[in-house]
Amino acid sequence: MRKLIFGLFIAVLPALGLAAGSTVPLDSFESDHSDKASLQRGAALFTNYCMGCHSMEYARYKRVADDLEIPDELYEENLIFTGAKIGELMKNSMNKDMAADWFGAPPPDLTLETRLRGEAWVYSYLRGFYKDESRPLGVNNVVFPAVGMPHVLVGMQGLCAVEPNIGTPASVEPLSGNINNADVCPEYAIEGSMSGPEFDQAMYDLTNFMSYMGDPVKLERERLGIFVLIFVAIFFVFAYMLNREYWKDVH
Amino acid sequence: MQKLINWVDERLPIVDAWNKHLGKYYAPKNFNVWYFFGSLAMLVLVNQLVTGIWLTMSYNPSGEGAFASVEYIMRDVEWGWLLRYLHSTGASAFFVVVYLHMFRGLMYGSYQKPRELIWIFGMLIYLILMAEAFMGYLLPWGQMSYWGAQVIVNLFGAIPVIGEDLSLWIRGDYLISGITLNRFFALHVVALPIVLLGLVVLHILALHEVGSNNPDGIDIKKNKDENGIPKDGIPFHPYYTVHDLLGVGVFFFIFFIVVFFFPEGGGLFIEKPNFEPANPLKTPDHIAPVWYFTPFYAMLRAVTIDLFGLDAKFWGVVVMGAAIAILFVLPWLDKSPVRSMRYKGWLSRIALAIFAVSFVVLGYLGLVPATEGRTMVAQILTVLYFLYFILMPFYTRMEKTKPVPERVTG
Repeated sequence: MRKLIFGLFIAVLPALGLAAGSTVPLDSFESDHSDKASLQRGAALFTNYCMGCHSMEYARYKRVADDLEIPDELYEENLIFTGAKIGELMKNSMNKDMAADWFGAPPPDLTLETRLRGEAWVYSYLRGFYKDESRPLGVNNVVFPAVGMPHVLVGMQGLCAVEPNIGTPASVEPLSGNINNADVCPEYAIEGSMSGPEFDQAMYDLTNFMSYMGDPVKLERERLGIFVLIFVAIFFVFAYMLNREYWKDVH
Repeated sequence: MQKLINWVDERLPIVDAWNKHLGKYYAPKNFNVWYFFGSLAMLVLVNQLVTGIWLTMSYNPSGEGAFASVEYIMRDVEWGWLLRYLHSTGASAFFVVVYLHMFRGLMYGSYQKPRELIWIFGMLIYLILMAEAFMGYLLPWGQMSYWGAQVIVNLFGAIPVIGEDLSLWIRGDYLISGITLNRFFALHVVALPIVLLGLVVLHILALHEVGSNNPDGIDIKKNKDENGIPKDGIPFHPYYTVHDLLGVGVFFFIFFIVVFFFPEGGGLFIEKPNFEPANPLKTPDHIAPVWYFTPFYAMLRAVTIDLFGLDAKFWGVVVMGAAIAILFVLPWLDKSPVRSMRYKGWLSRIALAIFAVSFVVLGYLGLVPATEGRTMVAQILTVLYFLYFILMPFYTRMEKTKPVPERVTG
């Protein structure tokens, strides 16, 4: 009986993780912090398109440069626009009060965005914009309805005329060989410089970078974790033998 | 070395103390896996104290700086991420081992005469631990920290007449603010740990006075050899010190899997909304306390009827308080002639199983948003939770118990 109770206790624990979550269907996302090229492309995209409005004020440029293997001089020249020194925090110069006037709310800091909303949410959101004349900025987002942010990446993606198909992954029709949903947007109002899959890859890189920024120590943590577990396992073997040695005279 | 020991011993009874608590403390030889959780709770306590001291060195207890200083610890402080994850995972691990330790006590009747005081000190430890965890959870100053504290402190406002002033007095402000953060910080790092350590000492002193219980619930002191040593007892050191190392190994393995690979515990140990700084103007969609409080939170929400002209919320607080208070009188509710579940009858076993399942399911219900159906389930389970205690004097007397052996079994 007590085994049953204990079993129940353990069995219920993982199910609890599903308790909270978004109700909008999202595209799945698997981050890879070891893909430095992807992270570097993501850093370039973030700096060029996002950082004008969104800070990453809990992180430092230097750490990003080191982790992404970008030489300091190159980083300072190309990826710092505010005149900040490389050791400083990644703030921006936008005035929060004025920004609140322009957009309804000041653009949030994005250091921890992937941990707050989840990587899949960010990846889907970035690809979820579409044309909606009823909104003040002419665009809306399927993942974040009535969003206050303009479609900054319209030059790359183009402007989707209808709601993009977020949450339905690309699939191959077995008979004809046609690919469905290769592009989240079935019909464009404005064409962009990138094709659908190209834009998806760019957004993968951007989300991957944001995921790294949310949890920069992940790779190192998991690498160390393996050694720690090996150490504990060896410790257990010695503890087991010591225990057996002492307990052999207890009857 | 021996001379030094003698020199100290003439001035302070260290040899005596060693013998009383370790070298010649005779513990029953039949401890099973449930007996690891007491020493593991001590281990986690040490982990919390040590990592806590180092976190304090870099943490900034102010409304303006708290959130950023936690990220500073995570990113800029050498090994800061490890200290913080050890501390945050340790908080949850503390409750896991304490809940299992308490369940062990329920199962083997460890609260029965003459161990009533050990149980009461243990319950006080649990109470202080909840206060400690609650106040610690405000310190990262994230959205869930803030709104969780707001909800819990507002509960005091449900008390008639003095409620509003009482919650104002606790907060030190009209809403949770930097003032509240400062006082919670002081209580979390100074006041409560001192009380906690004192209670742990009392818990262990009381235990070593009457001796440990065991899975058979037999008093081993009744059966002594010619030297006055219990026949079923073995010295705690070295037998149980080396034995507890096994528990430490297994515990650390699981603990470090969480710390290094799943530090957020799937959103249970660090809740997602806590990655956004506290914002008094923005209420999260769904406020849930951390998992170890959710059974009581579910009971609070389960009370939906106004009674005697008092708000349902007030009665919810009463039920929640009673759910914890009733644990204190447990030693006097159990009228069974035997201690251990091994020799109690089926009624006791079924009652304990229903109680345990109710507690776990209430924990789940406290985590998820309330719906009509869920509230009804929570109401039934809350009643079952209390029936376990209220009916205990009856079913423990009614049932037929099995004969207890003279000596401990396996």
